[in-house]
Amino acid sequence: MRKVLKNEGVQAFLASIICILIGLLIGYIVLLFINPAGAGDSTLNVIKNFLYKKPARQMKELGNTMAKTMPLILCSLSILFSYKVGLFNIGAAGQYVAGACASLYAALAWGWGWLPCMLFAIVAGALLGGITGLLKAYCNVNEVISGIMLNWIALYTTNTILASVKESTSPYTHYIDKVNKSALLPTAGIDSLFGNNNNVTIAVPLTIIVAVVIWIILSKTRLGYELKATGNNRNAAKYAGMAQNRNIILTLVISGALAGLAASLLYQTGYMRWECTQSSVPSMGFNGIAAAFLGGLHPIGAIFSSFFIQHITDGGQYVNTNFYSPQISDVISSVIIYLCGFVLFIKLTMKKWIAKSEEKKGAKN
Amino acid sequence: MLLLIQYTLIFASVLLLVALGGCVSEHSGVINLGLEGIMVVGALGGALVMRALGTSSALVMVLAAMLAAILSGMLYSCLLGVAAIHFNADQTLVGTAMNLLATAGATVFVKAMNTAANPDNHSSEIEYISARKMFIVNINGFEFNWFMVVAIIAVVLVYVFLYKNRLGLRLMACGEHPQAAASVGINVYKMRWTGVLISGALGGLGGLCYILAGVSIWKFENGVAGFGFLALAVMIFGQWKPTRIAFAALIFGLFRALSNTYTGFPFLVSMNLPGNVYNMMPYIVCLIVLAFTSKASRAPKAEGIPYDKGSR
Repeated sequence: MRKVLKNEGVQAFLASIICILIGLLIGYIVLLFINPAGAGDSTLNVIKNFLYKKPARQMKELGNTMAKTMPLILCSLSILFSYKVGLFNIGAAGQYVAGACASLYAALAWGWGWLPCMLFAIVAGALLGGITGLLKAYCNVNEVISGIMLNWIALYTTNTILASVKESTSPYTHYIDKVNKSALLPTAGIDSLFGNNNNVTIAVPLTIIVAVVIWIILSKTRLGYELKATGNNRNAAKYAGMAQNRNIILTLVISGALAGLAASLLYQTGYMRWECTQSSVPSMGFNGIAAAFLGGLHPIGAIFSSFFIQHITDGGQYVNTNFYSPQISDVISSVIIYLCGFVLFIKLTMKKWIAKSEEKKGAKN
Repeated sequence: MLLLIQYTLIFASVLLLVALGGCVSEHSGVINLGLEGIMVVGALGGALVMRALGTSSALVMVLAAMLAAILSGMLYSCLLGVAAIHFNADQTLVGTAMNLLATAGATVFVKAMNTAANPDNHSSEIEYISARKMFIVNINGFEFNWFMVVAIIAVVLVYVFLYKNRLGLRLMACGEHPQAAASVGINVYKMRWTGVLISGALGGLGGLCYILAGVSIWKFENGVAGFGFLALAVMIFGQWKPTRIAFAALIFGLFRALSNTYTGFPFLVSMNLPGNVYNMMPYIVCLIVLAFTSKASRAPKAEGIPYDKGSR
């Protein structure tokens, strides 16, 4: 038992589980305060999500959750990649918006195929990330503040640009499958696993591959090592001959590219359309922060934590709306992010506990 | 023109209050990225009191709403205090979580309240038409808001607190070199708590001011549109000094005001730019300004670094 607990990975996993449980508990308590009668059921519905549906519909509903989980995984990869390099890329939300703008405009206005659209989205996200990187490297601008500013700039720019490809009767952009079918991501038969839900596309294998690649870059390559060294100590890395400015910019470019790809993988399924009058930045990028930290800042952990976050976010729609609002799942996930701040402390407590009990054992012998 | 000045002054007041809050907190060594969330909670506190009081005298209303905003802001800032001061948590992460939690929590709360009052009402809006009038004195079409006075008082108070007062000077020492401060008997934890709580109070007040700036009904789903972060930019532009922050707030307030009033200027309308350009303006100006001013940053040396008694 103690041996298992000593493993860093197990500790990270346990810490995340503790955060999740407390988060759910707080969500439950909030519902209790609002109306004690249905709190238990509604909390369970949030946890169940697609299982709430009839068995015949479950796989199809799961497919919808999967379609949104993939971009979330990429957003959390974007956050964790830059975080490993000591940069908090809160601008991922804006880079995601830029990706949505690029892929939708290329698909609807220019009639590009799915691959060029996707690449265009990646470039757009990378460019926006690059601006943050340039500002950080050469002008010492705090990346959190410039990221937030760029989020708003990206949002208003996107609203303006996409207004030229929106329906005349609604604030939403045209349906891709009506205007330009070739821009939809191919499903490659994966949809048949999810009750023929054609929102499930090659995005699924692609995202998993990207996650593994990011993991390899960070832990097994020279580039990853240099980037992490720059994050740990900028001056030491510079002293060791690493191009610190280049590393900062490169990190945010990669981070932005991931966020841009995320948007392409969601909007090019045709599952969602852009609303050209929206007045707040889509929450995908911010939820990515939650997923990144909940996954213990590990690319593979991010896959599971993203699924969980999306699972309860989608589950929010099954609360009893006579009393409660779906945003309760946002409350739960933000509480979880807050608690992630205590992960270091939780791990430390575990370590202390292990050391103490080992000491006791040693004394007995 | 009058309208532009009016909006400039009121938005500058918001930015000034919140930026001063950020300034005090950073001088004590804690980066408060949760200001955005604190604003939302302060606004909620104030709005609830305005709603509850309904018809009472203007003085009672103004003071009670402000007090509520201050208290709720302080209470919410405790989330940051506990995590950042006692548990060495990542301050950026905690601040971000607070921003998300404030908007989500306020939405859930207001919706539940509205639904309880009327089962068909699922909106997240609070209305305060009559209460807003009590904050405003109409001088020949210029809407003077009491918050403009409050903002000026806040600058003076924060200036005196930081530079002419033993507590403030000690607080600043904790943001520069906490271990040195501790070595002469200053309680670093206490100082940082003071900084965080003051920033909570000012942030909450700023939040209430923001929702009273132009409208009489607030939808809590919308949060405060990045104003907390704009305020942090104002603080950086103001080089962490209260008087310079006041000047910076005016510039940013002007650009924010333009997006509300540009239709009143024939030459701006004749340029025929989309309205979104004016919406973006404060953020673009902010980026440009930061690009030129961040290099020679006078940020407190120890900000954002958890206090470790043992390190040197």
